[in-house]
Amino acid sequence: MNRLTEHGITLFAWITGIIVIGAIGVLLSFLLYKGIPALNPSMIFGETRPLDALLLKKAVVDGLFPAIAGTILLIITSIIWAIPIGVASGIYLAEYCNVRWKPLFNFLLDVLAGIPSILVGLFGFAISIFLHRHLSEHIYPCFLISSLALACLVLPYIIRTTEQSLTNLPFSIKTTGLALGASRLQNILFILIPYNLSSIISGIILAIGRCAEDTAVIMLTGVVAMAGIPTSVFSQYEAIPFYIFYISSDYNSQQELMQGFGASIILLGICAFLFTLSNILKRKVAIRFATHT
Amino acid sequence: MRPSIEKFAEKGFLLSALLSASITIFIFSFMFLFSLPLFKGGHIAQFLRLGWNPYDGKFGVLPMMVGTVIIASFAILIATPFGIGCSALISVFSQRNFGRFLRKLVEFMTGIPTVVYSFVAIFLLVPLVREIFQKGTGMCVLTASIMLALLILPTIVLFLTDAFNSVPKSYLNAAEALGATPVQKLIYVIIPSAWKGIISGLVLAAGRAVGDTMISLMIAGNALQIPKGLSDAARTLTAHIALIIASDYESPEFKSIFVCGLILFVFTMLIVLVLRLLGYFEILRER
Repeated sequence: MNRLTEHGITLFAWITGIIVIGAIGVLLSFLLYKGIPALNPSMIFGETRPLDALLLKKAVVDGLFPAIAGTILLIITSIIWAIPIGVASGIYLAEYCNVRWKPLFNFLLDVLAGIPSILVGLFGFAISIFLHRHLSEHIYPCFLISSLALACLVLPYIIRTTEQSLTNLPFSIKTTGLALGASRLQNILFILIPYNLSSIISGIILAIGRCAEDTAVIMLTGVVAMAGIPTSVFSQYEAIPFYIFYISSDYNSQQELMQGFGASIILLGICAFLFTLSNILKRKVAIRFATHT
Repeated sequence: MRPSIEKFAEKGFLLSALLSASITIFIFSFMFLFSLPLFKGGHIAQFLRLGWNPYDGKFGVLPMMVGTVIIASFAILIATPFGIGCSALISVFSQRNFGRFLRKLVEFMTGIPTVVYSFVAIFLLVPLVREIFQKGTGMCVLTASIMLALLILPTIVLFLTDAFNSVPKSYLNAAEALGATPVQKLIYVIIPSAWKGIISGLVLAAGRAVGDTMISLMIAGNALQIPKGLSDAARTLTAHIALIIASDYESPEFKSIFVCGLILFVFTMLIVLVLRLLGYFEILRER
């Protein structure tokens, strides 16, 4: 290989790196430049007094508050569905599943993890039609369906992180409890899980991030542009990502557009925060394993 | 703990695992069930072949399939050289400051919501593309492909750097002892011995590109036509599903959405099978 080609290849690598950094830099600074001036309490609470809105005394009509509340409620509900089932499945796959069934479980869960989120949304939508036809006329796409569909979306992440954090433990940790006479369940609940709790939690935090940002699932399962704070699990609701989507195609005034930019910054902030938190936890785990072995 | 609790917990774990795994089967069954009438009526060939024109009784999903393939292929075409360049930079040329910063940034990119990407693109990239082509709205195959490339770049880079880093140290030392420069190490040692990882990363990225909804929905234009060039608007399978207006559940328009769903499901299954053949999941689990 001659000198020139070598230099060319090195130069190419540097150029790609600089272009990528530049592209993300331009994207983010454009967003901040446009959105920061719009960030103020009236963007979130509109004309309503913040305290009244937080205490649910008055409905916020022209602010982001209902969307933020909707997203938070949605995250909490979906995670409540997903954590117990996900962690229990992870424990089963890591500790109980026999070799014959494992490939089948792995295949089904890998497909579930790879399914486009819009398909999970369509699934939720199909279920609501099914229930509408066969169970009750009053069931439409709603908050409950959305949270269940989102739980399906993030379930594989939680299962995999739980499973991996249990199987990757050092052999000595796995067997000490058993050698001291602990039962299988005691060993799992009191030794293995507490030992690696932070890596399981970092997986859960990533799952929360997916719940917060996902738009495709909720847009088919009950999110709407104007609904206020959901009053029951069967009502429709608002959410930040859908609000951003809605504004992008349907803004009537400059002020609404600015709210879209503000909402984008808020959503990006939430995701960046969750991402950093999960990384800190992961690093903690890595450090402990490094010192252990 | 009492044996009965042990047994009970084990049953609970098994039940949860069965429930989680059965979701995949449920999703498939629902797609199949809802598109079954079309299979039964023998209209399925019609759905796959013809174009979309409801007033003419044509509900073919071919335009969406072509749109998906074109947008995703261009995204991969754009992202691959960037992905390889960045990964080479991170794991070979600049392992210190710049490379480390780039890797952190790429990791951070995985956390940026797709809806934020598309929202910014509407006001930044779309006007630019409109100026360049001097026609249309600027929402076209090219715009969507560029943003999609940015979206799948982290998948490629993170996977490639891992593949590059997993090349045995002894190979690299041997090459170095023979006087190889960093570029020669990359071209003659690292890339040939990491090719499985490279292909896996690209396949995974293809899966993400096809499965993404928000970018194609918001900036590809959603036109119901087979795109003839980069400046044409197009609609993807995912965007088509997202755009349903559910008024009449019995209409062929509505059922065609589940055909799109079925196609995407089968595609996902193929991706998983290919990754399995390449040994991707084994690599992942060993980590």
